[in-house]
Amino acid sequence: MIHSLFLINCSGDIFLEKHWKSVVSQSVCDYFFEAQEKAIDVENVPPVISTPHHYLISIYRDKIFFVSVIQTEVPPLFVIEFLHRVADTFQDYFGECSETAIKDNVVIVYELLEEMLDNGFPLATESNILKELIKPPTILRSVVNSITGSSNVGDTLPTGQLSNIPWRRAGVKYTNNEAYFDVVEEIDAIIDKSGSTVFAEIQGLHVASSNRSDLMRFHLPLCHYLQNPRLLDDVSFHPCIRFKRWESERVLSFIPPDGNFRLISYRVSSQNLVAIPVYVKHMISFKENSSSGRFDVTIGPKQNMGKTVEGVVMTVHMPKAVLNMNLTATQGSYTFDPVTKVLTWDVGKITPQKLPNLKGIVNLQSGAPKPEENPSLNIQFKIQQLAISGLKVNRLDMYGEKYKPFKGVKYITKAGKFQVRT
Amino acid sequence: MIAKGKNASELFPAVVKNVASKNIEIKKLVYVYLMRYAEEQQDLALLSISTFQRALKDPNQLIRASALRVLSSIRVPIIVPIMMLAIKEASSDLSPYVRKNAAHAIQKLYSLDPEQKEMLIEVIEKLLKDRSTLVAGSVVMAFEEVCPDRIDLIHKNYRKLCNLLVDVEEWGQVVIIHMLTRYARTQFVSPWKDDDVVEEYSENNFYESDEEQKEKDRKVKHTYTMDPDHRLLLRNTKPLLQSRNAAVVMAVAQLYWHLAPKSEAGIVSKSLVRLLRSNREVQYIVLQNIATMSIQRKGMFEPYLKSFYVRSTDPTMIKTLKLEILTNLANEANISTLLREFQTYVKSQDKQFAAATIQAIGRCATNITEVTDTCLNGLVCLLSNRDEIVVAESVVVIKKLLQTQPAHHGEIIKHMAKLLDNITVPVARASILWLIGEYCERVPKIAPDVLRKTAKSFTNEDDLVKLQILNLGAKLYLTNSKQTKLLTQYVLNLGKYDQSYDIRDRTRFIRQLIVPNEKSGALSKYAKKIFLAQKPAPLLESPFKDRDHFQLGTLSHTLNSRATGYLELSGWPEVAPDPSVRNVDIAKSAKEWTGFLGKTKKEKPTEKFYSESEEEEGASTTTSASVVFILESESGSESEKEEKEEGSSDESSGSSSSGEESSDSESDGKESTAKKTSRTADESDSEDIKKKAKGISKKRSTSSSSDVETTSSEESSAESKSESGSKSDSESGKSRGATSSKKEEKPVQDTKAPNKQDVFLLDLDDFCPVTTPVAVPTAAVLSPSLTADLEGLSLSSSSVIDVTTQVSVPTKIHELLHRMSGKGLAAHYHFSRQAGNFGDHMVSVQVTVTNTTDQKIENIHIGEKKLPAGMRMHEFNPIDCLEPAGSITVSMGIDFCDSTQMASFQLCTKDDHFNVCIQPPVGELLLPVTMSEKDFKKEQGMLTGMNETSATIAVAPQNSTRLLIIERVVKAANLGVVPSGQDNIHRFAAKTVHSGSLMLVTVELKESSTAQLIINTEKTVIGSVLLRELKPVLSQG
Repeated sequence: MIHSLFLINCSGDIFLEKHWKSVVSQSVCDYFFEAQEKAIDVENVPPVISTPHHYLISIYRDKIFFVSVIQTEVPPLFVIEFLHRVADTFQDYFGECSETAIKDNVVIVYELLEEMLDNGFPLATESNILKELIKPPTILRSVVNSITGSSNVGDTLPTGQLSNIPWRRAGVKYTNNEAYFDVVEEIDAIIDKSGSTVFAEIQGLHVASSNRSDLMRFHLPLCHYLQNPRLLDDVSFHPCIRFKRWESERVLSFIPPDGNFRLISYRVSSQNLVAIPVYVKHMISFKENSSSGRFDVTIGPKQNMGKTVEGVVMTVHMPKAVLNMNLTATQGSYTFDPVTKVLTWDVGKITPQKLPNLKGIVNLQSGAPKPEENPSLNIQFKIQQLAISGLKVNRLDMYGEKYKPFKGVKYITKAGKFQVRT
Repeated sequence: MIAKGKNASELFPAVVKNVASKNIEIKKLVYVYLMRYAEEQQDLALLSISTFQRALKDPNQLIRASALRVLSSIRVPIIVPIMMLAIKEASSDLSPYVRKNAAHAIQKLYSLDPEQKEMLIEVIEKLLKDRSTLVAGSVVMAFEEVCPDRIDLIHKNYRKLCNLLVDVEEWGQVVIIHMLTRYARTQFVSPWKDDDVVEEYSENNFYESDEEQKEKDRKVKHTYTMDPDHRLLLRNTKPLLQSRNAAVVMAVAQLYWHLAPKSEAGIVSKSLVRLLRSNREVQYIVLQNIATMSIQRKGMFEPYLKSFYVRSTDPTMIKTLKLEILTNLANEANISTLLREFQTYVKSQDKQFAAATIQAIGRCATNITEVTDTCLNGLVCLLSNRDEIVVAESVVVIKKLLQTQPAHHGEIIKHMAKLLDNITVPVARASILWLIGEYCERVPKIAPDVLRKTAKSFTNEDDLVKLQILNLGAKLYLTNSKQTKLLTQYVLNLGKYDQSYDIRDRTRFIRQLIVPNEKSGALSKYAKKIFLAQKPAPLLESPFKDRDHFQLGTLSHTLNSRATGYLELSGWPEVAPDPSVRNVDIAKSAKEWTGFLGKTKKEKPTEKFYSESEEEEGASTTTSASVVFILESESGSESEKEEKEEGSSDESSGSSSSGEESSDSESDGKESTAKKTSRTADESDSEDIKKKAKGISKKRSTSSSSDVETTSSEESSAESKSESGSKSDSESGKSRGATSSKKEEKPVQDTKAPNKQDVFLLDLDDFCPVTTPVAVPTAAVLSPSLTADLEGLSLSSSSVIDVTTQVSVPTKIHELLHRMSGKGLAAHYHFSRQAGNFGDHMVSVQVTVTNTTDQKIENIHIGEKKLPAGMRMHEFNPIDCLEPAGSITVSMGIDFCDSTQMASFQLCTKDDHFNVCIQPPVGELLLPVTMSEKDFKKEQGMLTGMNETSATIAVAPQNSTRLLIIERVVKAANLGVVPSGQDNIHRFAAKTVHSGSLMLVTVELKESSTAQLIINTEKTVIGSVLLRELKPVLSQG
């Protein structure tokens, strides 16, 4: 299946290569570079490239291209998904998935790749198993290792690999038995010029992190206060969840994996249920034949149940003709990058008494025709302790434990792909 | 060094020495090195072989496995026999992990030495029988690589693979699903035949006599029944749609696409849309596949139209794909919203995308004739756009559009001729010239002028434009030779000495053809015909049209060309091959089974949780067993595992087909017979039952719920079933059972209840949602007196509603006040379908008020009312205080005067008030009436002519059973069922709440899944509104 993997940085250097079958020459990447040149923007490099003898499937993550070489028919999503999993693993191990991090830990990277893929077929991709096979680097461990001469590589087969619950190690012990559940909901929306919602949906996920020393089953009845199970449009689960229980009783029953994991993600797409928590008043105009334009944006909170909207950031991709912007913000600070033409306005918290406003003049390239379309505004925000869909975690039952757990669930609502057309 | 791609082979001997090192990290790194360079230094690599051979016997399974991995990864032909030996040994290893590695090694060995194929197939066969989920994925992978055509190896393992599928690791799932897709395509008969014929046959409607059709239809219906194994596969892959791995979801989607009956394939679309949230690359592939799917079956993705709206931050390739899908999905209903959306796109800064949008508009315009003119006008407006690419693209598209309907667009052509001065993009110029030439007769004055202008600039034009100038000249010469003779001559002369030979050729050709001279007399006669022939309009087609012959989700599909190793998906076989090949060999499997049992015992605590998919299998063929199963699943008993093992081993020695399927089919039969008998019995003495039910319900409400469950499985009399049936479906059925039975006042509802029980007992898994009966009112039955009781239990009562809505007719809950706009106070309402709580003319409405804030909300009452003339409202009693997170249900009555006008009023709290309104669906303005068939016919006879409205509708094929029709109709409107003597005619009666006029509804099923819907009523307005509302109810799938 997957023949070789090349890691390429933004400037086009191949800084790591790994072959699982016979060696494929680096020159195969030339096809990739060709496509990259044609695409202008890195975002536009086609994920699948066909060359005379091979097929190149690539992903772009954190300024690194992961280019894999395929020789025969294979579902492309299979490869893409795997490459993302590799990138996730690096992130998990080194805290970031950057070129320097990979170069610094080249030995571990190599061992990881070796374990993850055998003869091009994925072998162990669950991070728990990998962590047991190859321990992640820490400063303390490297000191200890250099003194005692022991190594980072575990010498027993991780039991998870053998069991049917590959997401959990056996015999884990913690002093605190804890499990945290966060409900994160993201609002995806497109709002048109006049302020009406073109498209809105909520993407929710439950992120859980658990440190439990025993195998025990959790029950998490997710009861929306509407008692309307149809509210959740589409659900996707971590493999630890027993699907049958969900189907019959709408209860999530699972043995939690160790560490951080995404328990479920769901979608709420019926538009009238999606309340948009902010509104934007905008006035952007470019004058004909004069090299300037006006820019005036105000953000204000809408129905939000008394919770404050925080962490508001607005980014705008200005048209190419814009040279510079002279703006004043009543709150927060703004930056404009004249190279990428991206305007970023970091607003922070919105107080309803004094609405943040950004106003000023746009300098256009003289002589250039006025841009015909106003740029769309991308907005990010956060609301703590509120799940916008109204979803609540009613209770958490534990089986196999006598003591009563203390319950607390963290809710947070964020903007996902939130776009205002102007 | 290896990582950098430098050659480190000269260090080989020094490195290989370390292979025996004790340090595992060094050992592993040496392995890495060995795999990389062994091919080049074969002799030296042999030195290390003995170490591996020793390691293969190591007690640690990890070491055994990794030794096998490295040994098989060293590509040295001399050691092939050693590898073969090692693989054989490892394939019977105790550790599944080692066996898994053996499966991997098979592929490696095969690629090294294909001659070993026969031996390897033997090993594969052996490993395919393995029951460990770990091994399954890898061995199927090996199978695909080594011998994808040996389908016969799969037969015996097919069912096992299907059942294990859920528990296999995700990568294995992808491979197995793809393999099973191919397998199913060769082994089962097409489930589409049914649909295809029906389609074809509706097309033929006009030509064939009714008799013929009927015969044909019957034949088809009877010949096709889905192979149980086919069904098994579909059912077992369905949960995988929920997987977090995009590749698995895609694999299942393609399986459903290629294998499922067309009506079922729709379920995958939701999951595919979900994938659009993930990374750019995943989006790209998924969108490509959706594009192909959306061409063939528009309906699948239509509900998700908005998910394909483009964001300005998407990369261009994603944008164009989304656009493609939007275009595919365009139809008469949504085109206006789509065009509005396209308008925004056209203005996009990304010009490439804007151009693509214009093309999309063009395609919409040709596909949907209603909007052609609108599109054309819009495109003409775009011609004044400042950006050249946009203008050029619109010119090209307009040209194509005009060609499809050239009738009356002289104006546009003139406008475009004017544009010619400004446009520089060659394609656009060429298009304009072509248009003018083609329709030169419509614009007789302009055409010669254009030729004059272009002749002037001829030498500076692009080749493409030059050719069109020549064409234009030739056409004008033929139609209007007086004015243009000299000009054409001039152009031809210019062309004669052009640099491009293409143009010189064309010039010569045209000259010979049109300029009359002695030699070419014969041809020039036809010149006019040749040049001014009617050209067929180009078809604007999706570029994804031709991709459908590749299997979805494959590399070949993405590239739109055959990738090496692509295996064609075969067509459906005409006759299904013998299904018995999949039956497991009894003696052999029993042995294997016991052997495996010993192994699994060790892992039992873990495996227990995942055995659910197989539980059904355990519940063997008799109904009594399935009752046991219900009880088990409810109490969550831990003995499931045991049960399962016993059950399935029984079954493998006894029955030839798996227990699950036979129980399904059997229960089907039983279900229907049971239904019939109970119905006939019940109809006669429904009054009787009603009384009994009341008595029993009181008794029941005191007994414990576990008691109820056991009695439910044992008691067989119809009336008790009606009670316990409704109870056993919810764990807290106690309170609900009591409420529902008290309130079941209508005989109609009682007659339905027994059916429910049957269905429930027999068929917990699959048929519940489909066959749930109609009129058991769920939350609707909570009367005001009961709500008082329930106040204290507000939590538990709400969970009751939750459960019941799942299994029976869901009561439609409408929103009265969103918690956001209500500052934490939320209100919902539904129609309780009860008469007479507030006087004769009132429709009773249940309002549930919920407090989602952290404080108490005090004094909730109704404030100012704004009612249309004649409407009256009976307010609910003010709620003094609502605790945080508490909710209260109150009921109120509204007299809507038999109109669907809104009743607006203010919902007030102590310190705030909110404007809300209730709008009744027409179905709720009715009260069911009981009458006999005879009375019905008599009344109907009096309400004909003006008072009758009717419509013919297409009924979805799955809706044609009596139960379903009744369920759907009663769900939509509060109608009473009139017993009917004919199977294909269903009658419903009701009267309007305010005026009490009769409302008679008749559904008459016709052939070819159509139905005649007749409504007789004095209130014709309401009648027609009701008709409109009922139509979609029956035609929906």
